[in-house]
Amino acid sequence: MNLKFKNKRIAGILTILPKRVVTFEEEMGNYNFPEKKSLRLKKIMGYNTHRVAAEGQCSSDFCIQGLQYIFDNGLLLKNEIDALLFVSQSPDYFMPPTSNLIQGHFGLKHDTICMDINQGCAGFELGLMQAFMLLEQESVNKVVLMNADVLSPKVSIHDRNSKPLIGDAAAITIVEKTDDPEDIHVAVKMDGTGAKALIIPAGGFRMPCSEETAIEHEDEAGNFRSLNNLVMQGDDVFNFVQREVPPMIHELLERAGMTADDIDWYMFHQPNKFMLNKLADAIGVPYGKMPSNIVENFGNASGVTVPTCISYNLGEKLEQESYQMCLAGFGVGLTWASIIMKVGNLSFNRIIEY
Amino acid sequence: MKEQIVTILTELRPEFDFTHDGVDFIEEGMLDSFDIVSLVDELESHFGIKIQGIDVIPENFSTLDKIETLLKKSGAA
Repeated sequence: MNLKFKNKRIAGILTILPKRVVTFEEEMGNYNFPEKKSLRLKKIMGYNTHRVAAEGQCSSDFCIQGLQYIFDNGLLLKNEIDALLFVSQSPDYFMPPTSNLIQGHFGLKHDTICMDINQGCAGFELGLMQAFMLLEQESVNKVVLMNADVLSPKVSIHDRNSKPLIGDAAAITIVEKTDDPEDIHVAVKMDGTGAKALIIPAGGFRMPCSEETAIEHEDEAGNFRSLNNLVMQGDDVFNFVQREVPPMIHELLERAGMTADDIDWYMFHQPNKFMLNKLADAIGVPYGKMPSNIVENFGNASGVTVPTCISYNLGEKLEQESYQMCLAGFGVGLTWASIIMKVGNLSFNRIIEY
Repeated sequence: MKEQIVTILTELRPEFDFTHDGVDFIEEGMLDSFDIVSLVDELESHFGIKIQGIDVIPENFSTLDKIETLLKKSGAA
């Protein structure tokens, strides 16, 4: 699905990271893998440290902490918020929506549209798309997009496919109207036939958690996990990304009337360095334009990875400068989405810890 | 080229003999998905080439002939 928007901008980004830093070496003894191979895994995939939430910390806690920081620092007024979007796969409850809980926590006005969106790796792009659609309305002037995930408790410590890369985090992005008429090009694609390539099998209504679902089993690669844990068919996901993402980016560039060189930054979702470098090669982008240092330093926190990449790599520079960016996310769903837009002159672009 | 491939394969999985013809490395469990990624990394360094991501599929690493074909396609001399 191709979409085009005008007169919208990102006004600010705040990334909220857990304070707890876990190193690859701390965890590699849990994997059923020789040390030499584990260290090879670390090198090739670009794993190093990841941020993990403290026990009991939920996604909404990081969002509340971030919004409080934004209000305390005068970066946004409470009554300016017309919509609150919470994009996550780790809500506080099945019901009510976590966005309503956050609205209630801050006592925001009743004229606030609260929406939870269940999305993962492409959650930043899907969230921006929803924000742009809301901003088409005369009565909506500012949307707060919250991407947040605390999935580390759902990953087996004996699963080297997923544990070294998973990170917990949240990001708050303020999206608003602008007079700048520059086009924003969006592409969103989905393939539900591959939905089980990334799944937490138990814990929903289809398969409630039980003693049986908590029993760990060994897979053919020697990883141990239970049905309560996140499972990723790594080969299938890798192949899907390499097959589908480069043509999507080339089509989007063509639609925007640009070449790959016209983009200043490719801020992509980061499952691992190997996958990202292969994508850069296929699209024809130098590695320097497509940072791969988020999974290495903080882990992959689903839809939070792209805003973290923007905050970490550009920081305050993005408060003075403006760049043509290509944003892309790909994974759970299966979903793959990309956006070409100018991002810059932000009111804030920071990282805080909680 | 095949000798160099065998050397690299043997360094990765010294417990297996990669010199036998007609053996499917994937079906026989001699290479798993992480071995393939490691092999790509080693082959790229050794031959000074880039293997396209879309080609990193088990079928392209199941025999010595297929690995050699892939390397030639990727520009190895």
